[in-house]
Amino acid sequence: MNLLGIFSQIEKSDPEIGEKMDYSRRKMLKTTSVAAAATPMFFAAMVNKAFAADGCAGDAIAIVKYALTLEYLERDFYRAGQFKAGLLPAGTRPYVVQIAKHEAQHVDLLEGVLGIKPNAMQPKYNMATLNAALADYPTFLTYAQALEDTGVRAYKGQAACLLEEDTKTSRTVLAVALRIHSVEARHAAAVRYMRDLRVWPSGGQNGTEPDPKIYMNEDQGTQGGANLVDYFNMSENKMKLYSPDMSTRSVYESFDEALTAEQVLAIAGPFFAAPM
Amino acid sequence: MEELTSTSTPKKGPSVPAIPSVERRMFLRALGLTTVSAAAFLTACQNSMNDVAPKYSGARLSADGVSFGEGDFAILNYAYALEQLETAFYMAVIEKKTFAAGSKEEMIFKDIHDHELIHREFFKLAIPADKRIGDLEFDVSSIDFTNRREVLNTARVLEDTGVAAYNGAGPLISKANSIYLTLAGKIVSVEARHASLISSILQPGGGLFAGDYVVDNNGLEKALTVSEVLGRAGRYIKTAINPASLLALESSKS
Repeated sequence: MNLLGIFSQIEKSDPEIGEKMDYSRRKMLKTTSVAAAATPMFFAAMVNKAFAADGCAGDAIAIVKYALTLEYLERDFYRAGQFKAGLLPAGTRPYVVQIAKHEAQHVDLLEGVLGIKPNAMQPKYNMATLNAALADYPTFLTYAQALEDTGVRAYKGQAACLLEEDTKTSRTVLAVALRIHSVEARHAAAVRYMRDLRVWPSGGQNGTEPDPKIYMNEDQGTQGGANLVDYFNMSENKMKLYSPDMSTRSVYESFDEALTAEQVLAIAGPFFAAPM
Repeated sequence: MEELTSTSTPKKGPSVPAIPSVERRMFLRALGLTTVSAAAFLTACQNSMNDVAPKYSGARLSADGVSFGEGDFAILNYAYALEQLETAFYMAVIEKKTFAAGSKEEMIFKDIHDHELIHREFFKLAIPADKRIGDLEFDVSSIDFTNRREVLNTARVLEDTGVAAYNGAGPLISKANSIYLTLAGKIVSVEARHASLISSILQPGGGLFAGDYVVDNNGLEKALTVSEVLGRAGRYIKTAINPASLLALESSKS
């Protein structure tokens, strides 16, 4: 668990942080050994799983585990970024802290939903990928955007699965998942804003992309059977827009697209240690 | 009006949640998901948020007013009404020249207007004519469009309300029409991006984009009931509304 190494480095550079992080670190120390010794690697199990054609990660409990895996990654990415000496330029900390706080809360909440011990399902990371993502501030933002926009697409992809399951558990999880989904979208827009990008994904407006799969199929002109690109190419509809010449891009921006569980895990895969 | 006029200063606390996470965790774990109390816990979250919902003068409600219709059409019409309102608001911002022509802020508000209009037209295309509400009339004259900060804060509140309305209404969609939930999900995250962007203009580099006033200590964004949404947004809706069918749908699912 190399994240512990990161924490000891952080403490050298900022002795106060040791105090701030003491509780979390104890939590992590306590559970890492447990996780290493006894917990089956959920992520490994997931990547080896044959997913249903509908893109669902499974039933409601499987969806919570899937979401939790992504939340662990986000939490630990921001945690490491927040405490890496010299990474964050002056003035950027408040917003990184706000995002990091939510990701930690999502982990706590989803662990609570599953009734598991803190970090009991924390995956093992590929530290080379994680460290490279924290190389400098622009790289950190690039990966933060990738994780947030992927997170938004991931939650979106599971909403219909939860609705269709229609059990007491799935209804509870759906209500929670929708309310996390919009928080991730707020984060994604904030990171894109910090990168001076348009805050809505569309082709050519996503900045440097670590992986082309992140925005795959994001530009959709037809929604629910209605071809909106054609509709807004008609002059009487186009003229209702303030930027008529950009109507196609505006259609793409107006709808965020979902990703299946399999697609998300293909994107997130490089962050995790190879399955044992 | 309190949220519109006050300069919102979200708490920028440390990264540690205000409630010690160990306590919350034990509380949550004690509940377990399969027990009745899990739902009760989530309901309790909901209630505590309802208590802090700002008090607005609501919509004009009337038995003769516009009804949203039955079943999933009620949800779609509800979303259509909100998209109509948002489009009308952003149009007023541009027409009344709150922001200087060609400024970055004006461009952003034009972009957001165009998104809302596309959402509006999408619902117009998606809902069959005989099930669809008509064009609502709005009155935004209570907003001082010469006041940049008031306009930004009004936009922020409208977007926050839109997101929370979708979050609240999503679970009401029937499982037979889960495609509507997917479509609503594609729209709500764009609304959340609007809210974040407007908040970033109000407080660059700060935590307002997902402030503690709108995201709770579990990292969950608000979900508002129909009554709460009409209470907030209704003050701008001139057309009388009859929300009975929507309220009945809501209570049947709770």
